[in-house]
Amino acid sequence: MTYALVDCNSFYASCERVFRPDLKDTPIVVLSNNDGCVVALSKEAKNIGIKMCEPWFKIKNSFANKGGVAFSSNYELYADISARVMQTLEHLAPRIEIYSIDEAFLDLSGVDFCTDLDQFGHECQEKVKRWTGMPVRVGIGPTKTLAKAASYGAKKYTATQGVVDLSKQERQRKLMSIMPVEEIWGVGSRLKAHLNRMGITTALDLADTDTKLIRRRFSIVLERTVMELKGYPCIGLEEHPSTKKEIVVSRTFGKKVTTLESINEAVSDYAARASEKLRREKQYCKVVSVFARTNPFRLQDQQYSNILSCKLSSPTNDTRDILHATKMLSRRVYKKGYNFIKAGVMLSDFYDKDVYQSDFFIPNSRRPKSERLMKTIDKINATGESKITFAAQGIKKPWSMQRHFQSPKYTTNWNDLLVVK
Amino acid sequence: MVVKYLGDTSEGDFPLIEIPYFLNKVHVGWPSPADDYVERPIDLNEHLIKNTAATYFVRVSGDSMIDACIGDGAILIVDRSIEPQHKSIVVAAINGSYACKRLLMRPKVCLASENPKYPPIFIGENEELEIAGVVIAAINTY
Repeated sequence: MTYALVDCNSFYASCERVFRPDLKDTPIVVLSNNDGCVVALSKEAKNIGIKMCEPWFKIKNSFANKGGVAFSSNYELYADISARVMQTLEHLAPRIEIYSIDEAFLDLSGVDFCTDLDQFGHECQEKVKRWTGMPVRVGIGPTKTLAKAASYGAKKYTATQGVVDLSKQERQRKLMSIMPVEEIWGVGSRLKAHLNRMGITTALDLADTDTKLIRRRFSIVLERTVMELKGYPCIGLEEHPSTKKEIVVSRTFGKKVTTLESINEAVSDYAARASEKLRREKQYCKVVSVFARTNPFRLQDQQYSNILSCKLSSPTNDTRDILHATKMLSRRVYKKGYNFIKAGVMLSDFYDKDVYQSDFFIPNSRRPKSERLMKTIDKINATGESKITFAAQGIKKPWSMQRHFQSPKYTTNWNDLLVVK
Repeated sequence: MVVKYLGDTSEGDFPLIEIPYFLNKVHVGWPSPADDYVERPIDLNEHLIKNTAATYFVRVSGDSMIDACIGDGAILIVDRSIEPQHKSIVVAAINGSYACKRLLMRPKVCLASENPKYPPIFIGENEELEIAGVVIAAINTY
């Protein structure tokens, strides 16, 4: 077997650069919802001492003085560029597994004996960069865990130019001997302490440990990792993402919310989003839940958090049915006198369109023409965000997220197209 | 058959249950003779876009490309995967922002406008020319 892990370099920050050639060497940070803290940063931002998770208000002034540029997260843009990167990778390998928004495993069996793998890595980098504007690194190895380790090497050592091929055992051992054990895929900081106490500090130490001992002291999961480090593939490619089992839409409010009306409005807004996602998955749900909580970091506040669910008489994906349920639930979740900071909606217990066995004793509650109405609403809203909304979703939305520094949605909104002279 | 007497019933003990009564008409008859000939309507994306992963839309502002029939407000379809050639219309970075120009490789590399009002921009030998894609179509609306 031969696997490659293709990993985007500072993905969110790089997305912000695709349509902004002026930001080529500028330090960039991307902020969390409500512009709270740094969730992603470019190499240049790292070099001037910015760290992940730093609160924005703390670094705001010094970052601007050093010529840095900050962005609120623009998930529409990131999701679109991610899809383009994955589509490009599908041109390069017969089978790929989308591992996260910015990583994919490629199965290179068949490719490995007709091309030089190092060269393949560079071609892959070149093609993704040209087609999508995204810089990537490529790690290659006989197992997924070794491909991950190769990607670590490609990130850590600039001399590699972003491509590391670990198909030869001596190269595997050389890299693993200088790789801390907690950097291995599936190990992490929690197991680190335990392993260190056993005298295992590098990846190579772990690779040379007896698998039976690992299984006895830890788990079969870690045993598999050790096998993979030894070069025996144990973790296969997962090509087809399993269909979703639940859909959650939740957001932190832009400012604290105290009234039932505002909670209702926010929850209705999330419910409408969740229903739309449900229809995109072509599923029908039977269980609807609503949750809300106060801010645990405000120690002076009384704390409260609750989640309530209800079961519908028959599965639905009609926004009106779901709004009806969430409205009833949010009234019960809400409590007077608390400062709410977050609320959310969860849909679960999914059914395919024709699978559900209807109950003879409960009259069919599906609204007439529901499907066509929802389809029409989705179609209209697809041309630009929220053209048609339900009155319950509110109009001014004072509770909504603050995203003061958001870049245009260059690829998903006609009004946000890049303008060229 | 053995019948066992369970007692009298009255309406109060048994709430009324609504039982759905299915009375849909079943259509029987000849299918439409046109059914066999149904085709999808024409889709412009199919005609204009060859590589969806690498294709972007941008909007033009100004008249610098008017002689190439690219007017103010036109939407350009830009394919990043195409290798730019001599005379390709491209989107390129000029002083930190993207612009639409015609790429000329001969006699000297330059980005030319299609409007005599604007002089061509020559690219020095050591200058890096960043091209973000080749324009494969322009949509002007009237």
